[in-house]
Amino acid sequence: MTPDAMTGGFADAPIQSAKGFRAILEVLSRPGTIVAAPGAQPPAPLSPAAGLAALVLFDGTTPVHLAGRHDCSAVRDWLTFQTGAPLVGAGEAMFAIGDWSALSPVTRFAIGTPEYPDRAATLIVETDRLAAEGALLRGPGIARTARLSLPEIAAFRANRALFPLGFDTLFTCGDRLAGLPRSTIVEGA
Amino acid sequence: MSNLSSFSRAQSLGLLARAPAERLAALFPEAAAHTVLRGPETGAVMVRGRQGGTGAPFNLGEMTVTRCSVRLACGTDGHAYVQGRDKAHARRAAVLDALLQTAEAARLTAGVLAPLAAEETARRATRAAKAAATKVEFFTLVRGED
Amino acid sequence: MYVAVKGGERAIDNAHAFLAEERRGDPTVPDLSIAQIRAQMALAVNRVMAEGSLYDPDLAALAIKQARGDLIEAIFLIRAYRTTLPRLGHSNPVDTGAMAAVRRISATYKDLPGGQVLGPTFDYTHRLIDFALAAEGDAPEAPRAAPLGPVPRVTGFLDREGLIEDEPASDTPPRDLTREPMELPADRALRLQALTRGDEGFILSLAYSSQRGYGRTHPFVGELRIGEVAVEMDIPELGFAIEIGEITVTECETVNQFTGSKTQPAQFTRGYGLVFGQTERKAISMSLVDRALRWAELGEENTGAPVQDQEFVLMHADNIQATGFLEHIKLPHYVDFQSELELVRALRSGLREAAE
Repeated sequence: MTPDAMTGGFADAPIQSAKGFRAILEVLSRPGTIVAAPGAQPPAPLSPAAGLAALVLFDGTTPVHLAGRHDCSAVRDWLTFQTGAPLVGAGEAMFAIGDWSALSPVTRFAIGTPEYPDRAATLIVETDRLAAEGALLRGPGIARTARLSLPEIAAFRANRALFPLGFDTLFTCGDRLAGLPRSTIVEGA
Repeated sequence: MSNLSSFSRAQSLGLLARAPAERLAALFPEAAAHTVLRGPETGAVMVRGRQGGTGAPFNLGEMTVTRCSVRLACGTDGHAYVQGRDKAHARRAAVLDALLQTAEAARLTAGVLAPLAAEETARRATRAAKAAATKVEFFTLVRGED
Repeated sequence: MYVAVKGGERAIDNAHAFLAEERRGDPTVPDLSIAQIRAQMALAVNRVMAEGSLYDPDLAALAIKQARGDLIEAIFLIRAYRTTLPRLGHSNPVDTGAMAAVRRISATYKDLPGGQVLGPTFDYTHRLIDFALAAEGDAPEAPRAAPLGPVPRVTGFLDREGLIEDEPASDTPPRDLTREPMELPADRALRLQALTRGDEGFILSLAYSSQRGYGRTHPFVGELRIGEVAVEMDIPELGFAIEIGEITVTECETVNQFTGSKTQPAQFTRGYGLVFGQTERKAISMSLVDRALRWAELGEENTGAPVQDQEFVLMHADNIQATGFLEHIKLPHYVDFQSELELVRALRSGLREAAE
């Protein structure tokens, strides 16, 4: 394991993880909202916001899939040391991290079962640009409408059609975070 | 662990984990300069057993474990996983683990590991001897033919 | 229906203060230390660890002190505490064959390798109250003898001859009922987890019922052993496994009624118990209940006995679930009761009017 794997985690885990959890809760309860999510210093190509989400949400019981360029030894070692999460294939993953193109086709990921809709994957999508513009969002947690720069619309419309099943999504860009739960209705720009 | 002069890293980490915390503190009171990479944090480890003793695994229950990872000024990392909730114990064990990979190894092996190992061996031998004294000696009672 | 009401804060605070005082008891009597409970109430500590499903003798001793010796309350405290701990991982399966046994007996073989080692047992005491203990509790040191050789498994002897069903090793990760809801039918790994943390009294009674004929499995204790086993865990940052500690466990293997057919030669079957601490009654009970629950995979008849019904056994074995549901009925149900009261009054007045 590389020495870098052992740095960049929380210095004050109780406070930082509580703040991180609050940020994730905020973006998933108010789809389209973009918040600052600092606190983690993971190795590239993992962004600080994705690193924070990993530190807060992952543990030994949450199988994680790394897609594309994120599936590298620096990220694997860092996640293993910092979270203990087992690394698995897309179909078994509870969380997945990658660029949208690497994660696609997203129909590979778990959408839950009618008895246990919570057994669905959460995708952590790394983006170059995250802004409150583009696709139109409606639904729970949105007063009227909101906008978010989604990498694609069709996949999220298809996912919404599965409700109450379907995956949930976090978008990261540097240390900024946004969310798109499966309940959000996505319309074209 | 009959050889008290050399220990593999796994052996020394096991010994440090099993050692009574007060005893370890008495043998190794010093604190080498280090930065903490993680912890010390207390958590639970799920202990597994095997069905029928030898078959497929099952979850027996958890135990408390405290872990700590440290880095010495020279860049050497040390790790420890210690049964129980004693954070000072875990940190001390992690620092020792790091120092045992440096030029300090011989001194600490003789001064800390060897006495811990000898005391553990004695503790176990005492308990085993008391158990052995409760072994049943059967006497076969021969019944006469006529 | 639940209705929120306010009030009673001062009563509750005062009740806590009264509880604390009662817990302490007569202040002229010395306070109990955790070390005293751990050392001298060791079997109570063991039970709290086993059913609390968390191995930590000091914590269990503290919970017993706080719970005034109510072991189910102490188990509740341990269960609540364990939910606050991050899960650092899982151990490799403990090797009970390598146990440093302080007790090891077999009811099936007299002269077995390693011998019958009685250990610190109540078995041959006469269950007469020892009034001398009331005056003074010190005990002389126990005698010693030359240490024993290795103690091989009894089921291993039978296995070598093919006389007992095989227990094939595997590394299939077991499901964990503390992490996902138990779904029935549960596989054997999940059943063993539920039984080892289950209530000792409930498991004992079920085992006893099977001995009396309700789902009879005709067990012999092939081997019972108590002692310390090393707990080993793979550490990713090291790249190898280390021992992270040592725990005392009790293991019971039963040799049971055989199966067999015209084509398959007769074989004994197995029941298994493994419990934290020195917890002999529980481990034996567990192995009987484990065996009884295996009726389907062994092609036995379901006689309708409670011990064969896994829904009945597994859903009622947990004393914290049981006590939680049971004790909640003493909490305010004023509105529920009011509605029932009105219903009964209405029915009575309806009958009275009809009679008039």
